[in-house]
Amino acid sequence: MQGDPVVAQYITEIESGVRDASRLAARGVTVGYGGRMVIDGLDVAIPPGVITTIIGPNGCGKSTLLRTLSRLLKPTRGTVVLDGDDIVKLRTRDVAKKLGLLPQAPVAPEGLTVSDLVARGRHPHQSWLRQWSSDDAAVVERALAMTGVSDLADRPVDSLSGGQRQRVWISMTLAQGTDLLLLDEPTTYLDLAHAIDVLDLVDDLHESGCTVVMVLHDLNLATRYSDNLVVMREGAILAQGHPRDVITAELLHEAFGLRAKVIDDPVGDRPLIVPIGRTHVQLD
Amino acid sequence: MSGRELKPDGTDLKPDGTHVKPSVAPGVRLGQVSFVWRPWFVSVTLLLAAATFLVFCVSIGVGDFPIGLSRVIATIFGGGERVDEFVIMDLRMPRALAGLVVGIALGVSGAITQSIARNPLASPDILGITGGASAVSVFLVTVSGGASAAIVNSVGLSAAALAGGLGTGLLVYFLAWRRGIDGFRLILIGISVSAVMEAITTWLLVTADIRDVARAQAWLVGSLDNRSWDEVWVALWCSLVLLVVVSCAAFQFKPMHFGDEVAAGLGVRYAMVRAVLLLCAVLLAAVAVSAAGPVPFVALVAPQVAMRLARCPTPPMVASGLVGALLLIGADLVARTALPISLPVGVVTAAIGGPFLVYLLVRANLR
Repeated sequence: MQGDPVVAQYITEIESGVRDASRLAARGVTVGYGGRMVIDGLDVAIPPGVITTIIGPNGCGKSTLLRTLSRLLKPTRGTVVLDGDDIVKLRTRDVAKKLGLLPQAPVAPEGLTVSDLVARGRHPHQSWLRQWSSDDAAVVERALAMTGVSDLADRPVDSLSGGQRQRVWISMTLAQGTDLLLLDEPTTYLDLAHAIDVLDLVDDLHESGCTVVMVLHDLNLATRYSDNLVVMREGAILAQGHPRDVITAELLHEAFGLRAKVIDDPVGDRPLIVPIGRTHVQLD
Repeated sequence: MSGRELKPDGTDLKPDGTHVKPSVAPGVRLGQVSFVWRPWFVSVTLLLAAATFLVFCVSIGVGDFPIGLSRVIATIFGGGERVDEFVIMDLRMPRALAGLVVGIALGVSGAITQSIARNPLASPDILGITGGASAVSVFLVTVSGGASAAIVNSVGLSAAALAGGLGTGLLVYFLAWRRGIDGFRLILIGISVSAVMEAITTWLLVTADIRDVARAQAWLVGSLDNRSWDEVWVALWCSLVLLVVVSCAAFQFKPMHFGDEVAAGLGVRYAMVRAVLLLCAVLLAAVAVSAAGPVPFVALVAPQVAMRLARCPTPPMVASGLVGALLLIGADLVARTALPISLPVGVVTAAIGGPFLVYLLVRANLR
């Protein structure tokens, strides 16, 4: 695990302009869909080598931010910078060689096998004449092994469980050969056990050197698995930093309008959020 | 790594319990060219090509003046007798080539539209291309028919069908375009526009002179009768150019089976690739309709058959075109020989295609 002071230091350096080496950053981006503005003049820098998770209430623009960072959406103002270049000016193919993207709930054609799906991740490295090489095969085999789906290689994707399927999709983005992964709600539609399984995999990837940016809905999972939280509300960033520094009852109320108690995680070194609903609650 | 918790299918385990190496498709390399080696897929495609050539030759040999298969093949490759050469090259080749070109064009067009809409129902028939071509052709026959029959020779009719098909296809495309193309919206708009075109066709037929109606009806079924070299050359060259464009764009289309966002993530400029391919599909279908009339069901059925034969999860372009050609030439052969009266090819493709569609739907129900 990266020491959080390092991340904090890094963020301070970027914000103060001392350092300009973030792999991915948004500078004053304004994004919207057909006239409706979702994000207005937002700045964020993604620290390398750690898991950054964007959280926030529904409709706050977290997926929009992730889609902007991945070049799916073009900002009307401001720029997204990938390895020092304005991402809009890069070729789509060059972006795909640096940045892997997994959209929300992707669907594979019925009957497609796992190895064929993961092999498609090599697309940015291929051309009409050079559609497949032994390098490709080696990378795909490694991607299958890293995500623990080697044994499923010949199975149709639609015959797998939700958790296995999500592993396969992550495997495809790994086959792209990037060390910068953007995952849009990788645990959607998964039960808690499968969600944990997928997030453990994400943590494995982070341990092996990947920079991960993801959107998550579950605040406790986000707190447990991220080194850097970006809390959003109404298209703006409310707070950013290590979960221990960011997650407080006040912030949760401000961001989500959620009444919650923040306690120490009995099994971890992170805070644990206990939401306070209306029923079966005994407050001291 | 927590992957150990995933229970692999028993078939993935060797008897001693160790895991087999993942079966990533092997590659083939020929100089600068490399591709995935899929033995089944390649064999099916080659077999389809051989079968298409065989049916093509049989179709040429059959007629009032029967010619044996070996003589047909010899003549095609320039080594036949003069009589055979006249019958084959001048009389029968245009019809057979028209069948080949129209079949391939319809098959590929259907494979593209079905892939883009990710729906097996999205064939050029449903997307209004055939309907538009029919309406404009019938308009030409019925409105100008009696008075100036000279314009309404078959070349004029082909041009009208081409314009009608292309115009309607583009109309559907632009009506369906809303910050991108959505499969369902495309199909719904296609069905609506088709319905309007059919209404216009019916109205024209009801109000027209009875002799023009008979002529229009004959065209509306779809037929390969009386093809001339002129018409066939136009269709052939148009299709060839379009097929080259399609084969270039098809590689970029591969990741688009997973949806626009995944494709974008894999470095595909999906909006452009889709626009190019859809335009090619519309043009191919329009060329086919202009050459043979609105032959039904080929574009719908061919990709679905090819998919099942080649065991692909998505319609394969080359195999779809070959199945389309096989179906059309085969149907034309049946229409000319198996029945006591000679029927237009469209009757037979509908008779084969209809039940096949039902079979597909019933099979999907049973699953």
